[in-house]
Amino acid sequence: MSNPFLKAVELIFSFDKQLFDIIFLSVKVSGFALIIASVFGIPIAVFTAFKKFPLKSLFINIMNTFMGAPPVAVGLIFYLLLSRSGMLGFLGILYTPYAMILAQTFLAFPIIASLCHSAIVGVDPLLKQASITLGASPFTTAATIINEARYGIMSALIAASGRLFAEVGAILIVGGNIAGLTRVMTTAIALETDKGDFELAVALGIILILISFTINFSLNIIQKKGKKELI
Amino acid sequence: MKLTVSNIYKNYNNTTILNNLTYSFKSDSIYVIMGENGVGKSTFLRICALIENPDAGKIIYYKQDKALKNDIETRRRITLLLPKVGIFNTSVYKNAAYGLKVRGMGKNKIKETACEALDFVGLLHKKDQNALTLSSGETQRLGIARALAFKPEFIFLDEPTASVDYKNTKLIEGIIKKLKKTTGATIIMTTHEKEQAIRVGDKILIIEDTKIRSSIVTKDK
Ligand SMILES: Nc1ncnc2c1ncn2[C@@H]1O[C@H](COP(=O)(O)OP(=O)(O)OP(=O)(O)O)[C@@H](O)[C@H]1O
Ligand SMILES: [Mg+2]
Repeated sequence: MSNPFLKAVELIFSFDKQLFDIIFLSVKVSGFALIIASVFGIPIAVFTAFKKFPLKSLFINIMNTFMGAPPVAVGLIFYLLLSRSGMLGFLGILYTPYAMILAQTFLAFPIIASLCHSAIVGVDPLLKQASITLGASPFTTAATIINEARYGIMSALIAASGRLFAEVGAILIVGGNIAGLTRVMTTAIALETDKGDFELAVALGIILILISFTINFSLNIIQKKGKKELI
Repeated sequence: MKLTVSNIYKNYNNTTILNNLTYSFKSDSIYVIMGENGVGKSTFLRICALIENPDAGKIIYYKQDKALKNDIETRRRITLLLPKVGIFNTSVYKNAAYGLKVRGMGKNKIKETACEALDFVGLLHKKDQNALTLSSGETQRLGIARALAFKPEFIFLDEPTASVDYKNTKLIEGIIKKLKKTTGATIIMTTHEKEQAIRVGDKILIIEDTKIRSSIVTKDK
């Protein structure tokens, strides 16, 4: 009788190649998705916070709604788009990490855009007044306000990464959990358990839990820091 | 520097707040504006400080009898301190340095000037503390330090001693008088305390029924 937990720990500390390939792919896919979603999401949040444009409140509502989009449904939509007959079929990226990054970017974007927007509009309007009365240009005033929202913005990024690392539905559908190619932590755990590869699943589970704890722990610290300094 | 406001009108939601108001502010004096709640004192200060536009009328600053344009250059010669100061979530020092930084001053000069300003209001020993942890009296003094750091020629102070205890009130009054004496700036402040107006002001203006109704010259101090 071998204990899968002990074996899993052994896998981790022997730096098993298969195990760490899976972990690295997870980090790569979710990391890139997070970066791309931030590159678009933060400027859009800034723009929405400072500019008036037609249908602005509708746009904000849509972002808020998409924050809670079920990953499985998002995965299905991207599957249909990316499949050979789909609108984006010509890209030929279904069942590749690119498809996974694309789907996860779509999941992270509304979270980042919406939470960053809330963080920026949540900054005390007195600070805008103060900045202007101290002689700042409109641009510097905007930069000051964004800087004041820094903890909220960091929280948004951490919340989005938490969702991406734990997410299985979307990347499973568009990635396909192909060993050595698109197999990431969550999909491996979900699908490998019953194939007898218990140790791998448990090892991945341990790592995933550690990552998720780290993410939530840092979120907690950032939010506390933001609050402590704001009172 | 001199300021002339002429024929100022301001309405909010069809209520006339300021109606054809005209006044000239000379340099090197402390003006205290009084009047009932909601009469338009803060509105008047915001308009004078070029933060808000009047519905009609002119605000003209003069430097050696030459009219200045109401652009950012002129805005940077004046400042308005609101009753709620609006502190940035950073150190006391960085708050004091803000106006200098936006004016593109060099780092060493900023350090010297900001510390001087903090010393002026007795807050230099707290320069590394997070500014949001200051008491209300200290916050108000930081607001003054932050505003005087860049040596404005016109300083508008909207109720600078609201929610401040007696000791800090006296301290702030002293700072205001010292400020006029050392920099020759024009200070225009509002208050609800008659005693304070008499203690601090060279001239007391009373806004009543959309106009400046009277101006009282207080005794020489
Ligand atoms: N942005 C605004 N929109 C609508 N009404 C406004 C606005 N700002 C001021 N008012 C109104 O204008 C009037 C004058 O306000 P203001 O703040 O200038 O009065 P105040 O003399 O400073 O009063 P207090 O002594 O209470 O500070 C008030 O009736 C106020 O409700
Ligand atoms: Mg007022």
